[in-house]
Amino acid sequence: MINFIGINALLALSLNVTLAAGMLSLGNAAFAGIGGYTAGVLTVHLKAPFILSLCGGTLMAGLVGLLLGMPVLRLKGVFLAMATLAFGEVVRIAAVNLDITGGAEGLTGIPNITQTWMIFLALALAAYFLAALRRSRIGWGLVSIREDETAAACLGVDITYYKVVAFTIGAMMAGFAGAMYAHLNYLITPRDFGFFIAVDLLVYNIVGGTRVWCGPILGAALLTALPEILRGIGVAAGPIRLAVNGVVLLLVILFLPNGLASFFTRWRPAAAKAVSSERI
Amino acid sequence: MILSVDNISRSFGGVQALLDVSFDVAPGTIHGLIGPNGAGKTTLINILSGVLPPTGGQVLYQGQALHRLPAHQVAALGVARTFQNIRLFPTMTCLENVQAGQHLTAQRSLMPRLLRLPSVGREDRELEERARDNLVRVGLEDKASQPARGLSYGERRRLEIARALALNPRLLLLDEPVAGMRRGEAAEVADLVRSLAQGGMTILLIEHNMAFVMEICSCITVLNFGRVITTGSPDTVRRHRDVIEAYLGSERADA
Repeated sequence: MINFIGINALLALSLNVTLAAGMLSLGNAAFAGIGGYTAGVLTVHLKAPFILSLCGGTLMAGLVGLLLGMPVLRLKGVFLAMATLAFGEVVRIAAVNLDITGGAEGLTGIPNITQTWMIFLALALAAYFLAALRRSRIGWGLVSIREDETAAACLGVDITYYKVVAFTIGAMMAGFAGAMYAHLNYLITPRDFGFFIAVDLLVYNIVGGTRVWCGPILGAALLTALPEILRGIGVAAGPIRLAVNGVVLLLVILFLPNGLASFFTRWRPAAAKAVSSERI
Repeated sequence: MILSVDNISRSFGGVQALLDVSFDVAPGTIHGLIGPNGAGKTTLINILSGVLPPTGGQVLYQGQALHRLPAHQVAALGVARTFQNIRLFPTMTCLENVQAGQHLTAQRSLMPRLLRLPSVGREDRELEERARDNLVRVGLEDKASQPARGLSYGERRRLEIARALALNPRLLLLDEPVAGMRRGEAAEVADLVRSLAQGGMTILLIEHNMAFVMEICSCITVLNFGRVITTGSPDTVRRHRDVIEAYLGSERADA
């Protein structure tokens, strides 16, 4: 379970990059799929070493993200969500129907190399990278775009360029997480990267909070661990699990609009003020 | 001339918002753009800032064609603007709004930040200092750490000016800078605009507050139904027959 928390947190962070610019993408599960399958194919069919398979998965997802981003990022809000959703389905259906991906049964025989420490090292690096990115020129540009696109453009922010950059970075991170996942499991199937995963990533971000790097990690950790905790205290799996997820999401939206991460700033108003310049 | 508007036209479907609009803006002056509602003033500002392309004509800024450039490239040439309907970054603090406005004047490179070089802290302190100076200029230094959405109407207008100043613009386009302000507040903005022009900045502003326009502008262009009625000094504009007619209506229209 601890491994899944790490992978899910990585995926949630990858979506966070695009959310930071106000782009609602449901394509990150598919990018993870592209990364996972590329890594799997490289290892199983071409006998590539672990490092090469990770890099291949990351780069392939980034390339697809770049190519998809250029036309699709003209869309806004729910239309972007729909386009990326369609893209996710295309990837899933392609994985089901191609021979090289092993079809609906999935790709088997991927060696288990990913270790827990690798996942969490990658997570720490990703979080560090995002924290630095947020305070860089790109980060300021992305937040400006999220707040008001027209105003951002008039301050000199190249909207299209920054959106494509954010989308591609997110795709690469998702691809990397997918590749790690492929080497964790021996088997990957198209279901692992389907629509519900894409929505889960969004929920992790909302529950955890999108505005600080630790938000998506908190959200992913809580919601990934929740079913196990429930099982531990005797609640059976199934519909109840989904209901509890729904209740958690509802409570957060109602009482913590900035996510669980705002717990830490809420009770320390003085400290919150001090870091407010770094929050963006 | 720092800015030449040359036969600019813009139509939206069948509506001709601007038709063959031409005037020049001299460097270092405060140029007013007035006219009744719907005259096309904001459309013109949108064209000058690259938000909207014209359907005809050209705009020369320091001899360079501006009308085909996207907004971010216009900004990079030193043209900043504010918006009639105020477009701040609502969840950012006042200070952060101005810091976001430093996009073109700041480096904020990613690599040194990843490596935690000491130059990063120096740069950020310097940028924050400059942002605070801009807040001081518009009198919002006390509100630096408050979110922009909590400000009063007049304060939000002033914050937008501070954010535009963060670009270090040579040409500043102000769309109704004192709309909804108290008299004292408007006088402060008038002083600010005058001091900016004295510092060499060129300002083109739209305003319905005639006292404000007549007091600070050295040259005024009047628009009505998308056409230029006249361009001239406040005194000539005030006495111009067609201007009076546009604002008050002609005797024929009354009858």
